[in-house]
Amino acid sequence: MTPKTLLSAFVSGLIFALGLGLSRMTDANTVLAFLDLSGDWNPALAFVMVGAIAVHLPFYRMIRKRERPLLAERFHIPTTNIIDKKLVLGAAIFGVGWGLGGYCPGPALVSLVSFDGATPLFVAAMATGMIAQNFMRKSPQRGAQIEDQDETA
Amino acid sequence: MLESIGYAIAGGALIGLSASILLLTGGHIAGISGVFGGILQKPLVTFDKDRWRPAFFLGLLAGGLILRIIAPEVVSAPNSRGMLAVIIAGLLVGFGTRLGNGCTSGHGVCGITRFSRRSLMATLIFMATGFITATLMGVLS
Repeated sequence: MTPKTLLSAFVSGLIFALGLGLSRMTDANTVLAFLDLSGDWNPALAFVMVGAIAVHLPFYRMIRKRERPLLAERFHIPTTNIIDKKLVLGAAIFGVGWGLGGYCPGPALVSLVSFDGATPLFVAAMATGMIAQNFMRKSPQRGAQIEDQDETA
Repeated sequence: MLESIGYAIAGGALIGLSASILLLTGGHIAGISGVFGGILQKPLVTFDKDRWRPAFFLGLLAGGLILRIIAPEVVSAPNSRGMLAVIIAGLLVGFGTRLGNGCTSGHGVCGITRFSRRSLMATLIFMATGFITATLMGVLS
């Protein structure tokens, strides 16, 4: 992995964080107000996904025409298309946590530097949940590990 | 409201740009739960072969620092929730995103862009349970 690859990943992470901030996804209270349909509902955050896909889609089409990425041997893109119990259950559990805390993983990590009491607590709990899931996946009672989760989504 | 929609679209556009840069250069998908989960689960492998993950993660933190300096008002913790709720929420988000192989970024943005049925289904489900949970909390409180 070349320094260029690492630099571009760093820059990519930085732009991602600024995007989350600009869109207000890093304001957990705004996210909770968006997910709460009972109050004075503001649909604005739904447009974050619209803006992201509108930009990523044409780039994605162009990039996939290439044989390989600029700085690597191959693309690491998931090919699984199976909708199984794990996907459904995992997404459902994630949504409950999101509606409860107002953070999905990106905004929580970006907000870490604010040192606001609840944020490091959330991130620590999130890390614990991730490690617990990994532990369960690896335990022999659940059978051999056959799936490669490296390439998320 | 129009102003906040504008910010949402502009912020989303930056997220789409970020995902495009990551894919074009290293060929990777900008899935945050995968980045963070990968670092946690395989730290040694990650720092040996998958150093793009810690690099991306550091970029996220650096971006958070910039936001903290230039626009602190956009970074705000869930004040309306108690500590117990925050802990439970974190556990569920961590566990659920790894079980379901993705979160708002990996499934919601990158997956839908690829027209992945799997990601579309995951997104519909986490949006639904997110709305239901937050709305119930709003009604009950």
